[in-house]
Amino acid sequence: MTLTAPTRTMSAEPGSGATVELRGVVKNYGAMQALSGIDLVMRPGEFVALLGPSGCGKTTALRALSGLETIDSGSILIDGVDVAAVPTNKRDIGMVFQSYSLFPHMTVVENVEFGLRMRRVAKADRRERATEALEMVGLGAHGERFAHQLSGGQQQRVALARALVTRPRVLLLDEPLSALDAKVRVQLREEIRRITRDLGITTVFVTHDQEEALAVADRVAVMRAGRIEQIGAPQELYATPANPFVADFVGLTSRIPGEVVDGRIVVHGIALPLLGDALPDGPAVALIRPEDVALAAAGDADAIEATVVESSFLGSLRRTSFQLEGGSLLSVQHDVGDHPQVGERAYLRLKRNAVAASVVTSEKSAI
Amino acid sequence: MTKNAVRIGTEPNPVVRWVILGVVGVVFAFPILAMIEFTFRDGLSGAHTLDHWTGLVSEDAARTYRNLFTAIGNSLLLAVVTVAIVLVVLLPTMILVHLQFPRLKRVLEFVCIIPITVPAIVLVVGLAPVYAVVVRVFGGSIWTLAFAYGITVLPYAYRAIQSNLDAVDVVTLSEAGRTLSADWGRVLWFVLLPNLKRGVLAASFISVAVVLGEFTIASLLNRVNLQTALLQVGQSDPYVAIIFALLALLLAFLLLLSIGRLGRPRRSGSGS
Amino acid sequence: MTVANAPVLVSGVVQAEPGRHPVTEPAGTTRRGRFGGLAKYLGLAPFAVYVLIFLGVPTVLAVATGFFTEDGAFTLDNIAGLADPVVLATFASSFWVSAITAIVGSVVGALVCYALLGTRAGGTLRSLIDSASSVLAQFGGVMLAFAFIAAIGGQSLLTLWLKNTLGFDIYADGVWLYQPAGLLVVYTYFQVPLMIITFLPALEGLKSQWAEANATLGGTRFTYWTRIAFPVLAPSFFGSLLLLFANAFSSYATAAALVSQGSPIVPLQIRAALVSETVLGRENMAGALALGMVVVMVVVMWGYSVLQARTSRWQK
Repeated sequence: MTLTAPTRTMSAEPGSGATVELRGVVKNYGAMQALSGIDLVMRPGEFVALLGPSGCGKTTALRALSGLETIDSGSILIDGVDVAAVPTNKRDIGMVFQSYSLFPHMTVVENVEFGLRMRRVAKADRRERATEALEMVGLGAHGERFAHQLSGGQQQRVALARALVTRPRVLLLDEPLSALDAKVRVQLREEIRRITRDLGITTVFVTHDQEEALAVADRVAVMRAGRIEQIGAPQELYATPANPFVADFVGLTSRIPGEVVDGRIVVHGIALPLLGDALPDGPAVALIRPEDVALAAAGDADAIEATVVESSFLGSLRRTSFQLEGGSLLSVQHDVGDHPQVGERAYLRLKRNAVAASVVTSEKSAI
Repeated sequence: MTKNAVRIGTEPNPVVRWVILGVVGVVFAFPILAMIEFTFRDGLSGAHTLDHWTGLVSEDAARTYRNLFTAIGNSLLLAVVTVAIVLVVLLPTMILVHLQFPRLKRVLEFVCIIPITVPAIVLVVGLAPVYAVVVRVFGGSIWTLAFAYGITVLPYAYRAIQSNLDAVDVVTLSEAGRTLSADWGRVLWFVLLPNLKRGVLAASFISVAVVLGEFTIASLLNRVNLQTALLQVGQSDPYVAIIFALLALLLAFLLLLSIGRLGRPRRSGSGS
Repeated sequence: MTVANAPVLVSGVVQAEPGRHPVTEPAGTTRRGRFGGLAKYLGLAPFAVYVLIFLGVPTVLAVATGFFTEDGAFTLDNIAGLADPVVLATFASSFWVSAITAIVGSVVGALVCYALLGTRAGGTLRSLIDSASSVLAQFGGVMLAFAFIAAIGGQSLLTLWLKNTLGFDIYADGVWLYQPAGLLVVYTYFQVPLMIITFLPALEGLKSQWAEANATLGGTRFTYWTRIAFPVLAPSFFGSLLLLFANAFSSYATAAALVSQGSPIVPLQIRAALVSETVLGRENMAGALALGMVVVMVVVMWGYSVLQARTSRWQK
């Protein structure tokens, strides 16, 4: 269901998101630098996910965009206008929090029309628009309920309707699905994507769940320690990670020690092309994706000997862990038809795809 | 970050904050300061002296203030017995209900709140006949008053222990202990009580503070405790009375301050 | 196997088969049957007996003696005595003192709680104020009376200074400190700390997301407080106000120490009924007065619990 009635707002015309730009944004908390110079440019209507482990600064970046955090240097531009000095309530943004953000003493529809009330929209008008927004998220019949009477997923839908009813230029979502059940999460993230696409709102979505980020975003920015490590379309990040951190964070990888020789990495006698920056010759750790390894037969050329450690059935495929000579574990994704038994000897073949690698330091690999 | 909190309204403006706290602080400190000043007064002459304080540690002190010192001893004894009642009767019952009779939790809570609705002044009307019997059974010594005090402190002790019970998942801990083949005695001693230290100490300290300040029941049952003695002494020697009132206040303050410190989580360096 | 069944189970099993690990026994309380079920409740007996003797019986006696004469005959005379104008005036006095100190106490206390917003929960300022509030909320009776006599009594520094320096004699119309008017000032001294203790948790229950959501939706600080914070805090505020009322209404010790003439409030009337030998000194009159007090307290505390339930629903 899409919103059909025309709307009157104080912001840009309905359906046109704003351009959002972060330039050299720095934020310090005392001695700790939460954001170390973030650069990000978003096109109107684009859906960008900020992905990273806790403490990487993704939430800080989002809150800086919203104005709930002030920044120490750099600029934040919405539609080309620097909003760093503009207080939160004048930035014309919509924000969905992780939890507990619905006002407990108001009914659902009163919650949703709150933003309209702040913009002095007339009573009948705002009631109508709030109800439409609720229908957009599938909760049209629940207007007179209170927050504590709704499930987690329903509460977040209400929060979404509330944030969108005023047609903000930018929508910010701070881990909106993290507190929900797995199934509800998947359902709701698709709805969020559909709604933001229909409305054409520029959206920033913060999450620590890489599957979620890859599934919904137009572009994903992987963050670590206050910096953006890589930003690109999901496929790009997966297939060509810029560095080992990204390769490790996005999708599954196995780490196999090897050696860099002449710009290629040699793992158990097989030479593989390297992704990313060239590494000096010497010991390194190769990061290999499960789908880049295949089961082989004993006599095959380039077969590597391994022992089955454990095997998991995942519905449409199997993922099996093998232990190689030297002790490292290699995860392999294969057909459900093959059923390796624990303790069995097996043979594996590395497909000739590019791998990310990192240098082995004296303590640990530099991931 | 604090500036932003002020902007969106979650925190008050620092100026407003300190004006309010300052004004209220001064107004409330005033009577205490007046009491302190009073103890240094030299009669009506306007001069100041340490005599009232030094008189307490002089050689005649024990004799002159015998009644007062007895009364202090009484109050301390009562405090100890009351805490014993809390630990031996209330605490096990609360643990038992929490673990075994979850449906009775509301009932227990209700019972422990009754002493607020039935205040001491009402209770004492019905306590006199009960104490007539108590005196026959236990004798007329002062410690029997602790039975009534155990009731008076119920709401405070209950709340202190219950918040600890709620914060620590007692049910899961005892189940874990049981599956590790500990019997109930050991579960109680090795698993539960160490985790309930905070609530137990808080309940004990609050009980002591309440018992030291109790006047109504002691007075109307014609017993002697710190407060009744202070009132009596106050009529003849207000200086000593106020000195001891201040000391009692200080003791209670220190006790309650330590409860606050107990409540602080152990410093583990975690903070996000 | 649930925890609830465990003790009965273990004691039964340990007696029967000491070799077996009790955990692996299948659940079965039927071994002890009905007797086992009752034995469970034995653990509650000490507390139940204690509360019965020292709370149940005195309460019943206190309110029931109002219905009997000294000789033990049933009568409604004592209850009728409650309609005596003197007694009614006493109740009214108690009511006004309690109401005014509750209102002043709750407003000032709420302001202090507001001033404490954002301070660290374990920090120095907070610990000091928490402990000071706990002590002062308990600070009643004799010590409080002394404190105020020292602070604003006839011979206090302040009174003398006002009289001599500013020519303003606060006791020009009589020494009000030892009358109900004095109680207004003195009671507030423990009402405000009690409010701080009771209301601060509610204020802290205000989720920061509400203020942030208000800001992102275009609201100002003013709209946050008027449309969100006040409405959410209202049940808790009025609940605390009722608690303060109950607290003042039932206070005895302070008044006993301060008020030397007469018995202008209900608790003092009860004392008079218990100890004096004047016309109103029928001991059973104390019971009637106690009954009157309990009725007021029950109504007030019921209101308090209703409001508390509303608060906890919203601030989960």
